[in-house]
Amino acid sequence: MAIAAAVALLPLAGALIAGLFGKKIGRSATHWVTIVLVGAAFLLSCYLFAVIVLLGHPPVEGVLYHWVVSGPFNFDVAILLDHLSATMLFIVSFISFMVHIYTIGYMADDPGYERFFSYVSLFTFAMLILVLANNFLLLFFGWEGVGLVSYLLIGFWFKRESAVDGGLKAFIANRVGDVGFILGIAAVLTYFNSLDYHTVFSQATHLLDTTMPLFPGIHASVITVICVLLFIGAMAKSAQIPLHVWLPESMEGPTPISALIHAATMVTAGIYMVARMSPLFEYSPAALSLVLILGATTCLFMGFLAVVQQDIKRVIAYSTISQLGYMAVALGASAYDAAIFHLITHAFFKALLFLAAGSVIIALHHEQDMRKMGGLAPYMPITYLTFAIGALALAAIPPFAGFYSKDAIIEAVHLSTTPGAHYAYFCVLAGAFVTPLYIFRALFLTFHGKKHYEGTVYESPWVVLIPLIALAIPSMIAGGLLIGPMLFATPRLLGSSIFVLPQHNVLATLAEDYQGAQMMAIHASQTMTFWLALLGILTAWLFNLARPQWADSLKKRWSYLYHILVEKYGFDKFNQIVLVHGSRRLGEFFYKVCDLLMIDGLFVNGSGRFIRFFANKGRRLQTGYLYHYALAMLIGLAILLGWFVLGL
Amino acid sequence: MWFQQNILSILIWLPVLGAITTLLTNSDRTARLVASSFAIVNLLLCVPLYLGFDSSSFALQFHEKRLWISAYQIYYAVGVDGISLTMIILTNFTGLLVILAGCQAIKLRVAQYMAAFLVMQGMMIGVFAATDAILFYVFWEGMLIPMYLSIGMWGSSNRNYAAVKFFLYTFLGSILMLIALLYLYNQTGSFDIQHYYGLHLSMPIQKAIFFAFLLAFAVKVPMWPVHTWLPDAHTEAPAGGSVVLAALMLKLGIYGFLRFSMPIVPEACAHLAGLMIVLSLIAIVYIGLVAIVQTDMKKLIAYSSIAHMGFATLGCFMVYDILHHASAHQDAYMSLEGAVVQMVSHAFGSGAMFLGVGILADRMVSHSRLIKDYSGVAARMPIFAAFFMLFAMSNVGLPGTAGFVGEFMVIMSAFQTHFSVALVASLTLILASSYTLWMYKRVFFGPIMNQEVTTMQDLNWLETTNYVLLAIGVFLLGLYPAPVLNVLHATIGHLLSLSMPA
Repeated sequence: MAIAAAVALLPLAGALIAGLFGKKIGRSATHWVTIVLVGAAFLLSCYLFAVIVLLGHPPVEGVLYHWVVSGPFNFDVAILLDHLSATMLFIVSFISFMVHIYTIGYMADDPGYERFFSYVSLFTFAMLILVLANNFLLLFFGWEGVGLVSYLLIGFWFKRESAVDGGLKAFIANRVGDVGFILGIAAVLTYFNSLDYHTVFSQATHLLDTTMPLFPGIHASVITVICVLLFIGAMAKSAQIPLHVWLPESMEGPTPISALIHAATMVTAGIYMVARMSPLFEYSPAALSLVLILGATTCLFMGFLAVVQQDIKRVIAYSTISQLGYMAVALGASAYDAAIFHLITHAFFKALLFLAAGSVIIALHHEQDMRKMGGLAPYMPITYLTFAIGALALAAIPPFAGFYSKDAIIEAVHLSTTPGAHYAYFCVLAGAFVTPLYIFRALFLTFHGKKHYEGTVYESPWVVLIPLIALAIPSMIAGGLLIGPMLFATPRLLGSSIFVLPQHNVLATLAEDYQGAQMMAIHASQTMTFWLALLGILTAWLFNLARPQWADSLKKRWSYLYHILVEKYGFDKFNQIVLVHGSRRLGEFFYKVCDLLMIDGLFVNGSGRFIRFFANKGRRLQTGYLYHYALAMLIGLAILLGWFVLGL
Repeated sequence: MWFQQNILSILIWLPVLGAITTLLTNSDRTARLVASSFAIVNLLLCVPLYLGFDSSSFALQFHEKRLWISAYQIYYAVGVDGISLTMIILTNFTGLLVILAGCQAIKLRVAQYMAAFLVMQGMMIGVFAATDAILFYVFWEGMLIPMYLSIGMWGSSNRNYAAVKFFLYTFLGSILMLIALLYLYNQTGSFDIQHYYGLHLSMPIQKAIFFAFLLAFAVKVPMWPVHTWLPDAHTEAPAGGSVVLAALMLKLGIYGFLRFSMPIVPEACAHLAGLMIVLSLIAIVYIGLVAIVQTDMKKLIAYSSIAHMGFATLGCFMVYDILHHASAHQDAYMSLEGAVVQMVSHAFGSGAMFLGVGILADRMVSHSRLIKDYSGVAARMPIFAAFFMLFAMSNVGLPGTAGFVGEFMVIMSAFQTHFSVALVASLTLILASSYTLWMYKRVFFGPIMNQEVTTMQDLNWLETTNYVLLAIGVFLLGLYPAPVLNVLHATIGHLLSLSMPA
């Protein structure tokens, strides 16, 4: 308990020291303090991982303090350390530790050095809290915390308009998801009277037949409503269509955080959350189907977009969205373990790809356009090699890490009976071709072919290369090592953290044919996915290195298709025109017409004018001439007399 | 013992005494010093008040009662329960902030400025402490005068229009309240507010009283559609005036609902709760959209205040719906407590943001409050930018900051009434972040466009002190709201049992 809390609080201490005293203690002290504290958190995570996961110690749960007690409701700040959270702790603190080291090299000449370290440590704290939470409230705290730091870091170079816009877009897109998320939490509280995972999950079966009114005349199953609302939150955080729009823009931030936040950790929070909520999602086939279909759509269609990007970071960003789609597909197919498995391998190789891309970017003095790169391989051998390892892992070439996790997902979808599984299977298969296509296109454009830049290029310093190597190793071997224990052992590595109904348990069916990681790699040549992947690499080579002119003629031939891809299917345009301008127009209307013209103009100032109008009329009567008053008196007298005397 | 028995009177009249002393000083420097020391002492007096308060009881505590006008049985009677205790502490906290900020910003007629705000502070504490209806009314109206003066004297260009609009709007509302109070006096022969509870009046009478109260309180909150005085008053008021307006004066409306409407005319409240919920939701969405398009920072924050107060009124009037579905009173606690917490947290967030606009405007020759005149302030004022980001996040309702707590509790409760209510209310997550952060972006980020920004100095020690105090408030309430809530439980429970239709 205390150790788990310490894992989260150490980076917070680092963030506070760097943030409040960074300028006083200087640059190197700042990075030493934060790195040592995050390093300590990483070591403690290793210890916890060993105790909980490897030695099978029972899960630990504990309340730190009571946040709010109100009526029958009790909201605690409490943590839960089980197989899933211990695994996530390990991954998050490892990647964060690597990114901290890498930052020394990448941000070396940036004036905001201390601020950057403070943010990154703060992010680590928030992410660890998100993972450690034992209830929805603390989960939401971490969830919003990572969102905040993501916003701050995307806009880190705040003098750049595009960076600040990207940050704002990310924050607001995430808030759209949060509306769903907080309503989901409210639904949980309303129907379970508690926000603790344990209480909620253990009572899920009581609510299977309960329905609730949504809108007049529309009723829906409570569990489905909860799951769909929560998933809306996950869609924003994990960049699923149509809430993915912020992730490409987030590339405006410095590359270390693209690796840490927008590839390896924060964006996977949605995946983690759904896996954590598996005891709820399992009882809602409708929600699972939604997850599956949206994930599949994201996986394939965002992959296409990566093919036409020119900015190296944006290629990897769209690739991240697409890979998150794979994870969502796994969730939808009830293969939660496979989703987390892919989350882990993806964290390694995607962080690696980003950091390697960052190494290229600094070598070229912050140039990100791949058309201005080319032929870098001989000058940056280690960067090239590590990028290639990342690319092979992403492309699912055996025996690299991505092969195992992605193959498991594809097979799991193949067996799944969730509605929409056929469509999803088609998408993930097609994705197996698209993924190598875009990542090897990036590899060829960057490291092969002709030079398109001026000046000489040098390999990056060791603080940059060490994290690359440290990430390249798990990108090669983590898949083979983990697939057995994570997916096919009994009990699985994540143990009781994940709940799967027997009729959804596709991984158990897969396990019957599983003969070990080596055999799986050897038998890869008999699978369609492997040949699709090779075909993807071949196509990338053909169109980018061997026959670049073919790509141009293709662009001309299918120009409208190319246009759709470059315009990103019009999501950004739609949001800009309908949502942003629409709400501003509505606001203008309410302000200018309703507030100023009607309420103020007609009623407030109008009543003022009304009174003045009658006062002015009335004033005419008060002429001040004696004979006017005398006349009025006489008339009045005459009327009164007439009334009384004549009895009118 | 004497001290314990009279602590409320001391809290009310000490600032007034301070105001007189301040007026007697002959230099600006001493005026500042005297006023700040009175404000500090008053805040420190809240410590024995808080410690001496028995939070397990709903009864009025620190009760004082002296005959004032015997012919009509009007008493000088004061006392506090959990809600008024919270508000009194908040008043003293805000009072100190405003005086400190005034030390910096006000260069003209310093003594009078300080005196006006000290009197206002005393009157406001009086409003929260009064248990006699006439005493309440006197404080309620008395507080308008220094506010009117502060806008009229230290305000900006269009201050006369705003001051008159402010005065007439609020005064018109409270006249009807007075009539309602007189009617209640006729029924009971007493001006003790407690005697008005549980009268079981007939429905038409209840409705008439409800609307009389509604006009008075809705103007103060302010609720749509009687909100248009607020943006004008805020923009024209000096920074300190805006802070008091936002942090305290708006809360008087909610306080009125809790103290008068709900317990005195419970059946009418239950009957008309639907209307109040709709008006609250309009405030949240409509006003949120209006806030997005504001070009003046103060107007933007003013509109955001109205939207945030929508949450407080929503929390108050949802209880009838919740209890309709649930069996025990307890289920509705969260809704009302959320409303009260929202009142406190909004004081920190919006108060800090209004101070921030003052800080920015002070550094401009033109004293501009227009967003377009600023850009890239973060580069020149990093400490200020960091603080302002914190308060902006509290305004947005980020977990861990004060702004989250009330919003969260109200949204959680809203789901118990109806899905659509919760859905509309939670749209604030998007709207609040849109208007707050879009403004933040345009003011603090980007390249510096205006030459004047390049010469701006970061916060001085006084401004930093103010902001540190506020930041502590924001974090304390956000991370550990229990001390505030513990004081409320018993009072809220009692209030709910009074407010339930038989």
